[in-house]
Amino acid sequence: MKIAILKLRDILLTSIHVDLTDEDALEFQADVLEMVKKTEAKGIVIDITAMNVVDSFMARILNETASMVKTLGAEAVICGMRPEVALTLVEMGRELTGVETAVNLEQGVDKLRELIKRRQ
Amino acid sequence: MNEKAVKIEDSRDVVRARHEGREMARKLGFGPADQARLATAISELTRNVIQYAGKGVCVITDASEMGIAKIRVRVEDHGPGIADIDQAIEPGFSTGNGLGAGLPGTRRLVHEFRIDSKPGHTVVSIAIVRRRA
Ligand SMILES: Nc1ncnc2c1ncn2[C@@H]1O[C@H](COP(=O)(O)OP(=O)(O)O)[C@@H](O)[C@H]1O
Ligand SMILES: [Mg+2]
Repeated sequence: MKIAILKLRDILLTSIHVDLTDEDALEFQADVLEMVKKTEAKGIVIDITAMNVVDSFMARILNETASMVKTLGAEAVICGMRPEVALTLVEMGRELTGVETAVNLEQGVDKLRELIKRRQ
Repeated sequence: MNEKAVKIEDSRDVVRARHEGREMARKLGFGPADQARLATAISELTRNVIQYAGKGVCVITDASEMGIAKIRVRVEDHGPGIADIDQAIEPGFSTGNGLGAGLPGTRRLVHEFRIDSKPGHTVVSIAIVRRRA
């Protein structure tokens, strides 16, 4: 299961639109990091609107991916988390910490631009 | 009685099991939050089966009664068992290099939670309940 990662000028956009196995999630993480390195993108927006389950494993992958993107000198924003998914994570004590989030793709891109500007 | 058994042998079965749980919850009139809770709980428990026991089974049952909708899930394996259940449900405890968030997190998501384990047999049973309008 390959998740497409699109390059849009200096940023990357990706949308997780299918239910990922743990292996898929790890592959996605590796792909994101590789793309950030290869394209020297300034940041990435990861859209999770379609995800209806984010368990502790997936939450960890998202957290890790965002922080690894940062260590590569880029910014990461996760957008579109459904309210029920956010609620479930809070109830489990696993909210995404230290990750920039936005409600939808449009605001995600705006936020990413802002973060990139702040970094420069 | 409506019942779905999903064999748990690899990570695709985790996806399958949580999908079945979500579908049953939706059909029985549970809202998005309960659907997400149940699917997430099933995901955690079935991952543990793969990780710690290799394989097992997840049985999702419509246990509704008059006036209440109820889904019971039984996740069973014949792996090594959980040596110390109290310790296993402590947040942060993991023998698998994990976050130790699966069992304690699951417990907070569901209405009923029970672990029976001995060497060679582990059963984690959970249930979510909803009063019918
Ligand atoms: N089905 C199982 N069989 C044997 N041990 C288990 C099983 N499920 C959980 N455990 C034990 O309980 C611990 C805690 O599980 P969990 O809360 O899901 O955290 P994690 O999977 O991150 O370690 C595991 O590390 C493991 O030692
Ligand atoms: Mg676990």
